[in-house]
Amino acid sequence: MASEPDEAIIRVRGLVNRFGAQTVHDGVDLDVRRGEVLGVVGGSGTGKSVLLRTIVGLNRPAAGTIEVFGRNVLELEEQEWHDIERRWGVLFQDGALFSSLTVAQNIEVPLKEHYRMPLRLMDEIAAYKVGMVGLPEEAGDKFPSQLSGGMRKRAGLARALSLDPEIVFLDEPTAGLDPIAAASFDQLIRDLKSSLGLTVFMVTHDLDSLFAICDRVAVLVDKKVRVGTLDQHLRDDHPWIRSYFHGPRGRAAHPAGTEAGQEAAAVPA
Amino acid sequence: MAPVTIDAVEEPADRPGAESGALVLRAAGEWLISTAVEVDRDLREIALPQGRRVVMDLSGLRRIDTSGAWLVLRTEHLLQARGNTVAIRNLAPSFEPLLDQVRARGVLEPVPHPVPVHHTLRGFVGRIGAATIGLGGRSYHILGFIGLVTERSFELVRNPRRLRLTAMIVQMEQTGVNALPIVGLLAFLIGVVFAYQGSDQLRRFGAEIYTVNLLGIAILRELGVLLTAIIIAGRSGSAFTAQIGTMQVNEEIDALRTLGLDPVQVLVIPRLLGLVLTMPLLAIFADAMGMLGGCLMSWAALGISIPQFLEQLQSAIGQWTLWVGVIKAPFFAWIIALIGCYEGFNVSRSAESVGQQTTLSVVESIFLVIVTDAAFSIAFSLLHV
Repeated sequence: MASEPDEAIIRVRGLVNRFGAQTVHDGVDLDVRRGEVLGVVGGSGTGKSVLLRTIVGLNRPAAGTIEVFGRNVLELEEQEWHDIERRWGVLFQDGALFSSLTVAQNIEVPLKEHYRMPLRLMDEIAAYKVGMVGLPEEAGDKFPSQLSGGMRKRAGLARALSLDPEIVFLDEPTAGLDPIAAASFDQLIRDLKSSLGLTVFMVTHDLDSLFAICDRVAVLVDKKVRVGTLDQHLRDDHPWIRSYFHGPRGRAAHPAGTEAGQEAAAVPA
Repeated sequence: MAPVTIDAVEEPADRPGAESGALVLRAAGEWLISTAVEVDRDLREIALPQGRRVVMDLSGLRRIDTSGAWLVLRTEHLLQARGNTVAIRNLAPSFEPLLDQVRARGVLEPVPHPVPVHHTLRGFVGRIGAATIGLGGRSYHILGFIGLVTERSFELVRNPRRLRLTAMIVQMEQTGVNALPIVGLLAFLIGVVFAYQGSDQLRRFGAEIYTVNLLGIAILRELGVLLTAIIIAGRSGSAFTAQIGTMQVNEEIDALRTLGLDPVQVLVIPRLLGLVLTMPLLAIFADAMGMLGGCLMSWAALGISIPQFLEQLQSAIGQWTLWVGVIKAPFFAWIIALIGCYEGFNVSRSAESVGQQTTLSVVESIFLVIVTDAAFSIAFSLLHV
């Protein structure tokens, strides 16, 4: 699986999204490189989730092109779409687990849909994925309503990872989690990224997550995207970016950020 | 080359670096989720040795993902469980982190799918018991809710200014005025159907004219008000549950309480009172539309002219026939509003529960309406009305 480090696995060009008279994105250009964790930030209503939903095909843009794995996803035939879908996984905000199925059955849904697999093997893979995202063994047999918010997100991640995708899209993975759960979720993403070689597209509001795991950050301002490393953003003098990274919370997260990340790593998940 | 080749061969003792006497398991090709089915099948076909030294040679492995890594470790685990000593050899360095990641979580046995409890006799009997106890508990709670609402209603009598008049008028518009088209249309159609079916049967006796009697008694005494109650239970009772339930999900009910407002006064009384006032009017409207439908059908199918129809109707029904029907309307309204609101408050904090309680509210209120209607029939027959 050798690949050039700078290969763009997702390439968005000139993306325009409108809802009625309101323009959310006006010419967004964005590259996501293979094997990186890209954080997407922006104020409320700047269309972070809309960007994610547009890339995975839940929202049709007014203009622009989106290439994933080098294919223009806006012009795919149904079969090609099916093939591309198994190469990415999406974690929605609250996990979006199917409430009538147990966690293990949730993880088996994509396996069933894409591969004809014997039940026993499917059960084994599901049980393994449950363990991989750090859930206790017996969680596989529980229904989503019996799980806490943090466990639901882990279960949602297990479902997103069930087909061993190359890209995972995470929509606010740490929102609503307590700081300990959030830090251990960050750690999980980092571990999975290094062992599975995942590319991660992560919409987040969590400054600690940004500093802890993101290689680059895309900031949505003025209906466009500015992409760069954290250091570049820290030097940016756009007023919103300044107040985001240099505001009281940004300052609190930054110097302590790397240390806090390492401390969290030491805490057993 | 096949995506997977696995062979168990005796390692020749003379090869350099070889462990003499060890069994070698060679993995080759791609061990991915897309090939997992074949790999799994081939692995299961191998007769695993016992108490040997086994070397898993992974040099031929070209690609691997978590499913493949899981299969490698499962095989290792199964071999160890049969008393073999296992060594993994020639693992490409790029696969190491993945295997470590999988190994770190250990080999989890899949959770067995348990037999659902209600598939056993014990579970079945238990379910009957649980349902019975549940029914008792529900009746107790509904009685409690009725008590609470009654008490708050009496408070209102002492202090009428606390009535939320605007909210009540809004409810009357939504449950009454807005329901007129559907109630009217359905009552009209029931009138048509009754006139047609009745005339068809009575014609055999040459007693077509008694279709009018049939229509008058059936619609005015029973059908008009019952039909209205069922439509309103489906339309407004469910809306009450959904509205209050959604507020419950959004914590709006709790917000009301912290602001010092009484949810029963704010939410239940206007709905209850509004519906009790509008339902008799709706029932009268339904009666009129039903009679209109019957009248037009009698004229079209039997040639009974409208004056004839009215004359026959007057002789067929007594002074009380209409009121015997309409008197039931406020009672039905009271049941529907009470159950609708009660189930709304019963919503737990999930969207799914709103749907469940709404279904429950409609089923319960229609059930209670029909039971009450039967009780009225018995009471009226005892009173010779």
